Amino acid sequence: MSDVLILNGRLVDPASGVDAARDLLLRGGRIAAVEVPGGFKGVKVAETIDAAGMVVAPGLVDVHVHLREPGQTYKESIATGTAAAAAGGFTSVVAMPNTVPVNDSVAGLEWMLDATRGACVKLFAMPAATFGSMGEEITDFHELRRAGAVGFTDDGKPVLHDRVMREALVAAAGIGVPVSQHAEDTRLTGGCSMNAGPVAFRLGLRGMTVEAEARIVERDIRLLRDIERHDGLRPHLHVQHVSTAKAMDLIRGAKAEGLHVTCEVAPHHFTLTDEAIGDYDSNAKMNPPLRNDADRLAMIAGLMDGTVDCIATDHAPHALFEKEQEFERAPNGITGLETALGLALRVLHKGHGMTLRRVMELMSAQPAGIVSLEGRGTLKVGSFADVVVFDPVAEWSFEAKRSRSKSRNTPFDGAPMLGRVAFTLSEGRVVFKG
Amino acid sequence: MTPTIQGAVKSLGYAAGSLLTVTSLSVEDVAAILAATDRIERMADAERVRLLAGRRIALLFYESSTRTRTSFELAAKSLGAITTLVSDKSSSIEKGESLKDTGLTLRALGAECIILRHANSGAPYLLAKSTGLPVLNAGDGMHEHPSQALLDLRTILVRVPGLNAGRIDEKTLAGVTVVITGDILHSRVARSNAMLLPRLGARVLLCGPKELLPESALGLGAGVEIERDFDKALKQAQVAMMLRIQRERLAGLELDLGDYIARYQLNEERLAACAPGALVMHPGPMIRGLEISGEVADGPNSAIEEQVRHGLSVRTALLVRALSTGGFESVTV
Repeated sequence: MSDVLILNGRLVDPASGVDAARDLLLRGGRIAAVEVPGGFKGVKVAETIDAAGMVVAPGLVDVHVHLREPGQTYKESIATGTAAAAAGGFTSVVAMPNTVPVNDSVAGLEWMLDATRGACVKLFAMPAATFGSMGEEITDFHELRRAGAVGFTDDGKPVLHDRVMREALVAAAGIGVPVSQHAEDTRLTGGCSMNAGPVAFRLGLRGMTVEAEARIVERDIRLLRDIERHDGLRPHLHVQHVSTAKAMDLIRGAKAEGLHVTCEVAPHHFTLTDEAIGDYDSNAKMNPPLRNDADRLAMIAGLMDGTVDCIATDHAPHALFEKEQEFERAPNGITGLETALGLALRVLHKGHGMTLRRVMELMSAQPAGIVSLEGRGTLKVGSFADVVVFDPVAEWSFEAKRSRSKSRNTPFDGAPMLGRVAFTLSEGRVVFKG
Repeated sequence: MTPTIQGAVKSLGYAAGSLLTVTSLSVEDVAAILAATDRIERMADAERVRLLAGRRIALLFYESSTRTRTSFELAAKSLGAITTLVSDKSSSIEKGESLKDTGLTLRALGAECIILRHANSGAPYLLAKSTGLPVLNAGDGMHEHPSQALLDLRTILVRVPGLNAGRIDEKTLAGVTVVITGDILHSRVARSNAMLLPRLGARVLLCGPKELLPESALGLGAGVEIERDFDKALKQAQVAMMLRIQRERLAGLELDLGDYIARYQLNEERLAACAPGALVMHPGPMIRGLEISGEVADGPNSAIEEQVRHGLSVRTALLVRALSTGGFESVTV
């Protein structure tokens, strides 16, 4: 692997507390040295990246993506999904297990993580928490962890039964990984295709209530407390794609209580409201659904005050023919890897005054911490040379037709973005050039 | 506050002459539709039959219907159009053909306009986008039934005393309170009426139990209010519009029907006590003995059959509007 110098950039590395002009030397896929500008004068390398005017930051980490392989490669593959990740500045992604078949075995996990799948950034996976994600019997956490699992989830569905969720939390606590929960009480959301409220009423669509999300978060927090008290363990609950003020408040309370809870928010939930559905645009349909503006602002408040640990895309590609159906029949989900940074900078940094350092922390250091990725989410010397170089003031519009993803299901086609990725490097290799 | 990005989201146009929602109609559009209805109604049969002679209209019905389907079909035939009926029960829809492909097939066969009844809210938008044809929404899920609201409006204009049916503007229905009672949650008729009638000056009072009438209904717009006490609502009514409980859409919701009848049935005693002069309407199908007593349905206040007749007339105008590129010029008398 050839050496790379990244010169003249502004290094923003929250994990090491650096926000200053720095040059970087990448060698052997690792960060070999970090120097003040000019410090590498005379050093000969194969490739030099001039990052003048650019931010140089740890490659972004997404703990929640759907890559659709195996089984649904007409929507996405590991190769195309990770190419989209690279284009969005991501260098580590965590694949959800709702593939066909469900990733619930060591063999399935090893197949997914195999180099021949062609991932162009570092791929991690969360296997299913229960066999077939049926919510009945937990999978072999120990063996799966040994094979590389970074957490467990039945994403797309909740682990509904108290007993099963408790078992999962206990088993995961024993090996130090999170159980990542899709918080939706599906007993309350049958037939629902959007957020409950005036917009759903006007459109004649059945709505998912705020309670359906809050009830599962509340139950899971209760289980954490109970396990800490009675089992002497400290389980880690990660709440996926929080979308309601009510769930956010519950998580804030649990953190104040000292329980080990982390959570993520998706860019669409801090950018859009259910009004974006317009004339039944199925590209604005996902689960959890777009909520009202008070909920949207509560997501931003949580991101600002530290309640939210990370931004995760819930990148969920679907083929055009699947989205070109009656709204209620169209599948849930939107792509998100190529729009996450542009939206975070536009809405959070420019719109709400969040520091660049905090945005980077939410998209690299903290998500890497949630799933304990050694040597990632930071550019400290010795870490993996996972780097994103972006122009923080570039304004541009996202064009779905230019996406690296196989699918085009996004409500952000034509939407303004702030901050454009110029280079993405995964372990020292340039995997995207803007 | 940060502007959201919603403004940048692309919206696609629909063919002129489509009627997907009453909210797309200006008051002038409503006036033009009603004026055309009058003109077409007055025409001699031989003249009317030339208006859309030989034009091809497809009726695409994914849900059962008596009134709407028959009246659209008879309306089309009275204009000389060729109609074809496709229903989900006897077509390739049963084999899994998508709405988009069904629409494209009808277009390839020469359909110039599609009338769609569908169980999913919003389906007409998808069909209109996919085919580029004018689409008339003949009822989509719980969303809207625009032609029903227009025929209800015409019925009100003809039957409620003191209204100037010849002048349609923002004040035409000033002073008129329309009480819509029953299963509002599942009713596309309620939504279309509640969004159309206030724009002509009416006050719409929605009435029903919480399970069938959530507070979020107030989001339908200005001029819409909720009064849960049926007697109190009726006392203010010039028009009492009753709705069927849609058992097929209740989705597990359980209602005590005896209690419902006691609180919300429109019967002779209640009508005499609260609103002896009110016009009684029902979009059908009605369940006699449940939301309305047979005596009231057949009584002197009832406009139920008249609504059906107005439906036929209004739909002729909607079809002419859908198929004439220049609006209503082709029907000027």
